[in-house]
Amino acid sequence: MGSGSVTLTPDQVVLYQWGPIQLNATIVFTWVTMLLLILVALVVRRGLTSDVEISPGQNMLEIIVGGMRDHIRELAGQGPDQFLPFVGTLFLFIATCNLLSVVPGYQAPTASLSTTFALALCVFVSVPIYGISQRGLAGYLKQYVRPTPIMLPFHIIGEISRTIALAIRLFGNIMAGALIVAILLKIAPVVLPTLMQMLSLLTGLVQAYIFAVLAMVYIASATRASRGTPSEDEAQEQGAPEEQREGQASEAEDQWEGQERSD
Amino acid sequence: MSGMELIAVVSIVVGGLTIMIGSIGPALGESRAVAEALTSIAQQPDEAGTITRTLFVGLAMIESTAIYCFVVSMIVIFANPFWNYFVAQGGQ
Repeated sequence: MGSGSVTLTPDQVVLYQWGPIQLNATIVFTWVTMLLLILVALVVRRGLTSDVEISPGQNMLEIIVGGMRDHIRELAGQGPDQFLPFVGTLFLFIATCNLLSVVPGYQAPTASLSTTFALALCVFVSVPIYGISQRGLAGYLKQYVRPTPIMLPFHIIGEISRTIALAIRLFGNIMAGALIVAILLKIAPVVLPTLMQMLSLLTGLVQAYIFAVLAMVYIASATRASRGTPSEDEAQEQGAPEEQREGQASEAEDQWEGQERSD
Repeated sequence: MSGMELIAVVSIVVGGLTIMIGSIGPALGESRAVAEALTSIAQQPDEAGTITRTLFVGLAMIESTAIYCFVVSMIVIFANPFWNYFVAQGGQ
């Protein structure tokens, strides 16, 4: 049924077939994105300096990393250093994929359900890893039977459904953006596609932000020892002003959790 | 009407209905959320950063229901499993 002209995902574009192994556009453009990110990091690292005068690239990356650290600190209510590599990578990869989708010929890997499910599974696995490493196995498992053991199946269902929601949300948004542009190119090819692409730039960045924030909220809800009382190492690391922030962060977090349940 | 035609008609109608009904609810919900957030920002401009962050994540949560409907209607129209099954049957 008409799937020849409109391709829903870059999975369907097979560039190279070698036995049972398919090399489709998703994999290739994921590699392109990875290569681009690594190259930018390598080039900027070359001129890294702690002087007063810094290169424009270093300035940009410092702004990005600094902004991510601030956000993570507010959301997690503790030091951002252990979460930054994972959550920051998620944000950078998704944001780069979505922003590059305005480049002609580039098909965003995030418009494929395989990519978004892989990313969501990474979040799904990293939540218990962070939780167990911070609170121990018993402490982590105990949150499943709080407040009563009756809640156990609901906690498990919630964990699975939020992973699926995370994947479908990103996939649907990016795929919708690409599809609307493809359809508009056929009916009104002059101005409207450009406008929709500008809109999809905004949506893409917001979706990358939301994916990273939700991943951080899920991890934070597993690592949080108890509400409003920062554990000893956090208190040492952050000093007094952090306690006030912690209160705000955990309040905001409770709101997220409420919305997520109703989602 | 043959089986194929029936599937085509039902797919098109259901695809349209899905996105129609599925976009009404999120639209109402998002408009309420934005209105409340604007009121809060007007009352407490200092908290604009927190409110905006909460708003964005909340909007994404609300919008995901519309996105689910969109994905379902896209599957029904472009990647319909029943249609593909009947095409495969007819090909034999």
